[in-house]
Amino acid sequence: MALMRYSEALRMAMAEEMERDPDVFICGEEVGQYQGTFRVTEGLMERFGPMRVVDTPISEIGIAGLATGAAMAGLRPIAEFMTWSFALSAMDQIINHAAKITYMSSGRITCPAVFRGPAGTGNQLSAQHSQSLESWYAHTPGLKVVLPYTPADAKGLLKTAIRDDSPVIFMEHAGLYANRGEVPEDPDFTVPFGEAVIRKPGTDVTIIGYSLMVRKCLTAAEALESEGISCEVIDLRTLTPLDMETILSSVARTHRVVVTQEEWRNVGIAAEIAARLADEAFDELDAPILRVGGADVPMPYARELERAAIPNEDHIIEAVRQVTR
Amino acid sequence: MTQQAVAVPPNEPEVRSRAFDLPRMYELMLLIRRFEESLYRKYREGKIGGYLHRYDGQEALVAGVVPLLEPGDLVLSTYRDHAHALAVGTPPGEIMAELMGRATGCAGGKGGSMHLIDPSRGFLGGDGIVGGPVPVSVGVGFALKYRAEQRICVCYFGDGAMNQGGVHEALNMAGLYSLPILFILENNGYAMGTAVHRSTAQPDMLLKARAHGVDARRVDGMDPIAVLEQAETALEEIRRTGAPIFMEMTCYRFVGHGVADNAQQQQFYRSTEEIEEWKSRDPVEALKNHLLGSGDLDTERIEAMERTIADQITAAIEFAESSPAPLPDTLYEHVFAKG
Ligand SMILES: Cc1ncc(C[n+]2csc(CCOP(=O)(O)OP(=O)(O)O)c2C)c(N)n1
Ligand SMILES: [Mg+2]
Repeated sequence: MALMRYSEALRMAMAEEMERDPDVFICGEEVGQYQGTFRVTEGLMERFGPMRVVDTPISEIGIAGLATGAAMAGLRPIAEFMTWSFALSAMDQIINHAAKITYMSSGRITCPAVFRGPAGTGNQLSAQHSQSLESWYAHTPGLKVVLPYTPADAKGLLKTAIRDDSPVIFMEHAGLYANRGEVPEDPDFTVPFGEAVIRKPGTDVTIIGYSLMVRKCLTAAEALESEGISCEVIDLRTLTPLDMETILSSVARTHRVVVTQEEWRNVGIAAEIAARLADEAFDELDAPILRVGGADVPMPYARELERAAIPNEDHIIEAVRQVTR
Repeated sequence: MTQQAVAVPPNEPEVRSRAFDLPRMYELMLLIRRFEESLYRKYREGKIGGYLHRYDGQEALVAGVVPLLEPGDLVLSTYRDHAHALAVGTPPGEIMAELMGRATGCAGGKGGSMHLIDPSRGFLGGDGIVGGPVPVSVGVGFALKYRAEQRICVCYFGDGAMNQGGVHEALNMAGLYSLPILFILENNGYAMGTAVHRSTAQPDMLLKARAHGVDARRVDGMDPIAVLEQAETALEEIRRTGAPIFMEMTCYRFVGHGVADNAQQQQFYRSTEEIEEWKSRDPVEALKNHLLGSGDLDTERIEAMERTIADQITAAIEFAESSPAPLPDTLYEHVFAKG
């Protein structure tokens, strides 16, 4: 174990996989000579050379195409988007090509590409730079969608992503890059997809989150503890595959659920989970399933408005109070 | 067989007022420079959030073009947009208030540095997405042609944007439909930490525009007089012919890409010597020296300009700092149009 930042854990995962498999390479804007916009790829070009750490133009369609085609031709690309907000023009390559080629080729062609980069809201970056879009990808068959919360998960899940034969959408949170945590140094350490983790056990209500929202769920749970409400906090880790088993067994104990997401509340993953719970655990529920999500508006710049648009601990606490009332 | 996509009557040449002159251009460039400096100070004080991209060194690209525009002409720019807003005439106080996230800001506090906007003065806004404004300019140019208003759309974008697919679709369509757009490539040599030659095997930007059938020219953006003269010619031609012109304006940004691109980060892609060399061609200084030499300005008038600008900026800061934050219920306002 070593104490390191989330960003360093990601770098470690990539370096280990590049050592392990010569077919793994990185491409993206400012990943090499500039050492990475968020320093995630720092030092990797010096270590692995410009053929394996490829600086690209500001050409997101090209970056996604480079990764998709190289993966179809047998390599294991890691494409970095400077942020997921800039990947929108690349969605055709990802959704119409990477996500579908395995199906369209009856499994004869695979696309083991990882598309990664920072996502999420905050820092007054306003409408075009501050948004969470994971449900767009989770909606699409053929893509695995991964959002790590801890540094250890950042490493273990990214390694699994690189080794996976399907295209993976790997969304980091810019607000987590500086977070420190214990990370296994073992190069064989991986974290499997489709296994949610209980970050805090509890008995009265299940709070579900992922990525940065887990921190807010935990803070809310702690505050609610003093009110005598015991919360169980589940970190989903991957949206596709989705670990319904962990959710269902928790709900069978607590009978109350609050599902949180940072992205817009409308038509998001929380709605999907609520619907599945209605299908599969209707008899277990003692209260309506509540969703906490972002305000359904383009992100405003002003501090006061931004604060109101991003879901926070208070929103979660309020929702928990409602379902436990 | 080819078909005319839109039937448009030929444009008539138009005579514009000659009120804009070099001393005024200098004053605007000086305002832009001093304003950017003040924004940086306010950013360091924590009064401005988000990103902050400055125009220091590139002033002529805006000051030699935007003031030549006529009512009804429309401007689009990148996130490096403070100069553009100042040049269309947005009051500095409204810009400062926007950057401080106040209700009195030119975007009501919803946009911030990257999304200054002033539709009533013809500024359709700064765009946070590299290449983003260029396809939009095609639609704007189309609308101007459609209504046969003999108006012009001026679209600014960076060298990094030249590697965006959407930009090439847009140039092709502007050429195809012959739209009244002045494309201004702000070629400051770098897209963040990537030098132009590191991002394209064909650094001749004029060739790229010409490949789409768009008339293309290069002008030294460090030479304010050349910018003004060539912009004047280009705008006159577009108004007369209705056809697009692509102008590459070579320049240099004196400061980092944004505030996070500090001196240490910049060492990854450019040297202090290079920065100093370009600074020795500072366009604000160059125009000042020219005007002192020609006798169009003297030191007294320049000092008076500096004082006026300093007062303007002080007033802008006072206005912004005494303005209220947006009201909470404006959060859900304007998601949709009212109609
Ligand atoms: C589509 C997209 N990709 C990446 C970014 C991140 N980004 C913002 S500015 C920038 C550099 C742009 O350089 P250039 O076009 O030369 O304009 P300059 O900043 O030099 O004015 C990058 C990569 C973005 N905003 N949009
Ligand atoms: Mg540039």
